[in-house]
Parts: sequence; C-alpha cells; structure tokens
Amino acid sequence: MTSPAPIAEPQGMPRPDPAAVPALSIDRVSHSYGPRRALMDVSFNVRPASFTALLGLNGAGKSTLFSLITRLFGIQTGRVGIFGHDITRTPGEALRLLGVVFQPRTLDLDLSLTQNLLYHAALHGISRREAAARSAELLARIGLADRAGSKVRDLSGGQMRRLEIARALLHRPRLLLLDEPTVGLDVKARADIISHVRQLVTEQGIGVLWATHLFDEIMPSDDLVVLHQGKVLAQGPMSRVIAEAGAQDVNTAFMRLTGAQVMPGGGA
Amino acid sequence: MSSITTRDAPRGFSASEYMTCLTGIVWREGLRFLHQRERFVSALVRPLVWLFIFAAGFRQVLGISIIPPYETYILYEVFIAPGLMAMIQLFNGMQSSLSMVYDREMGNMRTLLVSPLPRGFLLFCKLLAGTAVSLLQVYAFLIIAWFWDITPPPIGYLTVLPALILSGLMLGSLGMLISSGIKQLENFAGVMNFVIFPMFFASSALYPLWRVQEGSPYLYYVCQANPFTHAVELIRFALYGQVNWISLAVVGACTIVFMIAAIYAYDPSRGLARRGPAGGEG
Repeated sequence: MTSPAPIAEPQGMPRPDPAAVPALSIDRVSHSYGPRRALMDVSFNVRPASFTALLGLNGAGKSTLFSLITRLFGIQTGRVGIFGHDITRTPGEALRLLGVVFQPRTLDLDLSLTQNLLYHAALHGISRREAAARSAELLARIGLADRAGSKVRDLSGGQMRRLEIARALLHRPRLLLLDEPTVGLDVKARADIISHVRQLVTEQGIGVLWATHLFDEIMPSDDLVVLHQGKVLAQGPMSRVIAEAGAQDVNTAFMRLTGAQVMPGGGA
Repeated sequence: MSSITTRDAPRGFSASEYMTCLTGIVWREGLRFLHQRERFVSALVRPLVWLFIFAAGFRQVLGISIIPPYETYILYEVFIAPGLMAMIQLFNGMQSSLSMVYDREMGNMRTLLVSPLPRGFLLFCKLLAGTAVSLLQVYAFLIIAWFWDITPPPIGYLTVLPALILSGLMLGSLGMLISSGIKQLENFAGVMNFVIFPMFFASSALYPLWRVQEGSPYLYYVCQANPFTHAVELIRFALYGQVNWISLAVVGACTIVFMIAAIYAYDPSRGLARRGPAGGEG
C-alpha cells in the first residue's frame, strides 16, 4: 500500500466489515504516573498493511503508549483495540495478533538464537516441531541461519535487533510494534532493519507502528502520528501533515507543531 | 503455512497450548540455570559447608533424642539434612524472585508478559520452573550427602519429591510476593537478610523444637508459626516415607495463600514506571 488513504476517524469505530477493522486503534487514552500526566486523550489508528510512524521526542509518551498496548500497564482511561479485540477485556485474543520489539534488548544472552526463538514460540503455545520449523525459516530470512546455535551474546547489535524482529514474527502477528528499534545501531544496520520492516508491510500485509525520533526513517508514503508531551499534535499521511503545518519538509513541520529545536543530525 | 486471518470470535487456548507454554518456561529456566555454573556451585556449597563443618562441630554439643520420624539415635548430620534441603529451596525461591526483579528491570520480563496466555498462568509456570530448578539442586545435594552417611531409605528419595515440590512452590511464591513489593533491585539484599536468616534460624532446621522450648517458650511459638519449620518437617518425614499431616496442611495452605497473593500483587509496571518518560525512555 503505497498511496495512503486518510486515516479513519478514531471516534466511534463501527466495524461491520473485517477488512475495515484497524490493526490498532487507540481511543482517547490517557495515562498518569501519579500527578504527572504522560498521555492525554490520545487517539489514532494503524491501518492493516500500513507503516505508521509515531514521531516524538524522548519523553513524549511513546514508551508509555507501548506499555499500554502490550498490557504491561493497566489502562486508566480510554481503550486500545487490536483488530477489534479490546486489550483489557480480551487480552489473549489481542496479544495473539501482536508482535513487539521493545526498545531495551529482551533476549537471553546466554542462550542460542534457536533457543531464544523456541522459548518465545512456547510462550505462544506453538508446538515444538512447528516452532523449530518456523525458527529455521525465520533465521534463514534474516541471514543468520549459520549462527543458529551460537550464543546471542556473540551477535552484533544489528544482528540482535534482526533476531528480535524475527522473534516478534514467530507467532505470525498481523500488527508489529517497534519502539525505536534502530537506537544504537550503525548506518548500515539501521538501513537493513528499516528496509526489512518495510518489506513486511508490503509483502506480508503486516501493520507496523514504528516509534522514532529520527525524521530520516519516515517516508512520504507513511502515515504519521506526532506525539508531543503526551498529546497527539497531528496525524495523517505524512504529506498532509507537512502541508497542514505549512512546511516544506517533516523537520520544519515537526518544529512548527511542537516549537521544538531540531538537532542538526536530522533527529528531533 | 496456516492462513492468517482476522479472528472475529475469541478462540481461547487449548490444553496443549497451555502445556507447551509451561514446558517452554521450565525448559528455559533450566537452561539458564545450567548456564550459570556459579549459581549451581554456590547453591551446593552453601548446604555442604553447613553439613561438613557446622554439623561436625556441633555433633558433640547437641544430643538428639529419638524423635519421629527417626527410629534410632541419629547423628546430627542426619538431623539437619532435611533442614539444609529446605534451605536450598529457600535460597532458590528468593533467588528466582531476585531474578524476576532483575528481569523486570532489564526488560526480559516483558517477553514473558506479552504472551497471550493468562498472566496468572504465566506466573504460575514461572514458580513451577523455579521449583524444578530447586529440585535439581536438592537431589545433587542428596547424592553428595549420601557419601557423608546420610542414607535415608531408598524409597525416601521418591516420597520426598512431592514434599519438595510443595515446599518449593511455597517458598517460590513467598519470594515472588516479596519481590512484588520491591521497587528496585538494590532493595533486595536487605530483604534477603530480613527474610532468609530469621526464617532459617527460627525453625526446626538446625535443632529440634523441644530443645528450643527448653530454652525459650516464646521462641518455640515463633518457630511453630514459621511456615519454614513446616516445610522442613514435611521434608523430614517424607524423606523417611512418612507424612506429617500438620505440616502438610500448613505448607499447603501457605502455598495457596502466598501464590494467590503473589499473582494478585504482581505488577509489571513497577520498576518500569520509574524509568518511564522521566528517565528519557520516551
């Protein structure tokens, strides 16, 4: 899907037609840590088979949002749906359709690549034989088949990230969340991961929510959600967001929307 | 490849999916334990030091009369062996929950908690996995102890297994309950001292309770109320093919209460919230 349609209005969300069900719907979600409000009335959708970039500075609320979507935190206000399954009421059905790559590395460093994948498969109730077949297939796809038996500790940062993405795909989710997955990687590894994830969108129809603070990871065809200090400031196809901000590029648009200072390196 | 379709109706989880998940968690915990050789060695050295040194020194000081389940006069080493088995499980239970605090801080816990299976079940699997690891340690200890003339009847090695599983679950749940109240890793060491040592010393692990009663009636009541005493007695009797029904009831009830409380109290946002947006994670 290269020419994005406008994002559906999040309010209401009647869903008679399964094809129209958003991969992810965030509906008026607010969250506080004690007196500090981390998210305020956040609403947006991720369409199936689309790449949605969640753009925000550090501290914008991206990781809080991810923790809510993955049920790590209880939802205080609002609702989160994954293909129509409410994360609070039917977490099992919702999480089954969700793959996540968290920002901190979450691999067992002393276990082998295959062992890490098998463990994850078991957590999803996938039988050992099926899990072994899928692991081999995924390791081949990310070019690490010959490392299957090595300890994860011996991998490079980029390889670990690729393995985490493979792991997130093991149970064949239809929605993939990635929280700043390229942090700490070199240019080549970054480019590899971005193109790999974009392939998943076009070839396998997976809906992707990609949290980042790096403008150069976003393409004009992407959907964009600008999150700043816990509020959604703009959302829609990137071109529209830029036009509505009266800007020429995403950097300027972001700066106008947030009043933030843009770093010279192309990051917010 | 099975087709990927939008699921409109919840389909729940089958018994085999639950089983796969359980075995997967136990398998991973076992692998991790085998990779941590230092942990295995220290888990064994600790009770062996007690057995080889402490017991040898105290053999002459403490006379043990014939008390059930023993039918003859026994050496002090024989008396403290069940207490040391329970000690292995006590340390292991606390250590598993320590690793849960660590996992929570490092983010590994997230891998477990984004599993679609019910969270209570996942935590129960985690407890069973910790217990399985403690069984490895206890049986390794028993093998070494056998050469030190601690030779319970052969059937005892089998009959002690259910007792060990129950006491392992009780101590693991207690550890998890404690860890759920701990906000960060640094606080754990103190809790270890406030939990492990009092529980171990105010119990029947090192001395029979009638001896304690002679010394201090109050301490005797404390020991009686200590669930760890009952874990020790449950193991002691089971090792000789007998059941101490009171201890079984106490350990069983404590296991249920601790486990429900631990699962109820477990909040993954703790430790994460601390590093939330303010910590720069976004």
